[in-house]
Amino acid sequence: MAQTDHIIELRDLLFAWKAGLPSVLDMPAFTLARGKSLLIHGPSGCGKSTLLNLFAGVLVPSSGSLRVLGRDLPQLKSAERDALRADQIGFLFQQFNLVPYLSLIDNVTLPCRFSAARRKRALSAGNSLDEVAGRLLTDLGLETDHNRPITALSVGQQQRVAAARALIGGPALVIADEPTSALDPHLRDNFVEQLFASSRAAGSTVILVSHDPELGRHFDEVMDLRDLNRAEEHP
Amino acid sequence: MTLLHLALRSLLNRRLTVGLTVLSAACSVMLLLGVERLRTESRQSFMSTVAGTDLVVGARSDGPQLLLQAVFNIGYPTRNIGLDAYEEIAANPAVAWIIPLSVGDTHRGFRVVGTNESYLTHYQFARDRHLELESGDWFSGEDSAVLGAAVARELGYRVGQEMVVAHGAGEISFAHHEEHPFRVSGVLAATGTPVDRTVLVSLRGIDAMHAEFQGARDQTVDITDPLAVAMARAEAHDHAHDDHGEIGSGSLSALLVGLHQRGAALGLQRSINESDAEPLTAVLPGVALQELWVVVGVIERSLLLLGGFVVVVGLMGMLSNLLATLDQRRREMAILRSVGARPGQIMALLVVETSLVTAAGAVLGLGLVSAAMLFGAPILETRYGLYLEVGAPSAAELRLLVGVVLAGTIIGLIPGWRVYRHALIDGLTPRL
Repeated sequence: MAQTDHIIELRDLLFAWKAGLPSVLDMPAFTLARGKSLLIHGPSGCGKSTLLNLFAGVLVPSSGSLRVLGRDLPQLKSAERDALRADQIGFLFQQFNLVPYLSLIDNVTLPCRFSAARRKRALSAGNSLDEVAGRLLTDLGLETDHNRPITALSVGQQQRVAAARALIGGPALVIADEPTSALDPHLRDNFVEQLFASSRAAGSTVILVSHDPELGRHFDEVMDLRDLNRAEEHP
Repeated sequence: MTLLHLALRSLLNRRLTVGLTVLSAACSVMLLLGVERLRTESRQSFMSTVAGTDLVVGARSDGPQLLLQAVFNIGYPTRNIGLDAYEEIAANPAVAWIIPLSVGDTHRGFRVVGTNESYLTHYQFARDRHLELESGDWFSGEDSAVLGAAVARELGYRVGQEMVVAHGAGEISFAHHEEHPFRVSGVLAATGTPVDRTVLVSLRGIDAMHAEFQGARDQTVDITDPLAVAMARAEAHDHAHDDHGEIGSGSLSALLVGLHQRGAALGLQRSINESDAEPLTAVLPGVALQELWVVVGVIERSLLLLGGFVVVVGLMGMLSNLLATLDQRRREMAILRSVGARPGQIMALLVVETSLVTAAGAVLGLGLVSAAMLFGAPILETRYGLYLEVGAPSAAELRLLVGVVLAGTIIGLIPGWRVYRHALIDGLTPRL
């Protein structure tokens, strides 16, 4: 890992789906220090998902600089961005987070199949990947038989499995896209607290995107994307 | 490794539809391999029938026709060979043995062939196997007959049975040689060649039978007078016995010739074909078979092409099946992208899946063909005298199988390419 104090560092970032189309993101400057958790909120259509795809290296800015974990993403080849994501970034989606044909434990250990680095880090925390996955699931409050078929899990349980997958092998950054929108308020707070506890233990920084500003009290930094994004809204 | 594991789990998760796809692929592969195997095995079977014979000699005709008449019990020659020709060929120092054949009569649909003991000692099939008697003895006189295995089985005849031979081909004949019945002296072991469907009698037996038939017809006998009939018959019989050579009166249809050295076959063939004495044709069985395959080959190729088309239809079914499920799998692809899968890996996952499905179909198809052969071989052998060997797949079959799997893999590139595009457009947030 390149030594840097910043998890995210962007300057004059512009993004349009195609050259000639109006920009959907136009951000002058933003930095997130290592170890700080960040909530990005804003109504749907304000470019949150696009921003996450940029952070993840799936999309590339049309212009401007974007450094994630010290790496200059636009300068990397797409395979290098994929490798960076595999090694250093954990993901958590709104719902339907799990691969239907894999077992619960196999879903958690999936990132270790694509990244030798995460596999190695995960194995430094236990004897086997299955054991590490099981411990993560327990820490995240999944009190169920880990051999259950994933189709038998509730939405809340599925999100915990997905959180364990995002955290296994201690990625430097965990990005969560509306992970709580399918959960009721009580479950929501409980889930976010456990996510934070586990990501602190794993040494991961959390960036969470939500339309719900109420979650803000859990975070070090809260950003309303509308304040930072100068681009017109394109629903 | 990762992709193979994922592909296997994904296929297992959809085991019903995948199972049906594998089954349809297997059926089309079975058809393709079945045609191929029948093709090569029937050639093999034909080849093995003439394996030990170096030359087939008959009255002037065309090579494949002579071969079919003399060896494969198909069709009758229009002219016979004279005794002189037989003796001339037999006198050639290069000739090791001659099997004389006289055809033209049937018994209940089975061909009756007049020959001599050299048939038993020299006829070879399946490369180097000789005929064996399963029961009884080789015919000894002019009124005993030896049955092929299929004749004995289908007619239920045993040694000692009496039988009447009809003149001419076909199951129903109105000219019966009832004056000269034969008695079964022996039954041959099964060979998987047309011999199984043949009744063998001595050449003198054929002569005697025809002489009596001729005699009975030539003389105007009052058939109401038993004494006159008996006298005519006795006279005719005596007439038939005038000629006591082993070869009989000399009405031969064809000769199977074995040489001391196979290399002499071409020279002998030429000298027979160019002989001034009598218009004869000598053919090398292998060459005549090749000529036959040129004709049959068109049908074979059409069948193989048809089999190929069935495989293509099967693969198209698989393709439409796969494409239909792709939209449902966009979320899954986004998850794989999020854990670091490259778009190329996602494409590879789809291609690996189709390869696995076609490979499973190919293996299952091979199994079905082998099973069908195992059960079908005895039926083909008894019904058509076609002897099939059930064994490991041939190189040609393996090529077909590899071709099918390759075609499946290439077809997998189509959904593969689609998910590749999806992966690039969707990123981590599929637009459903």
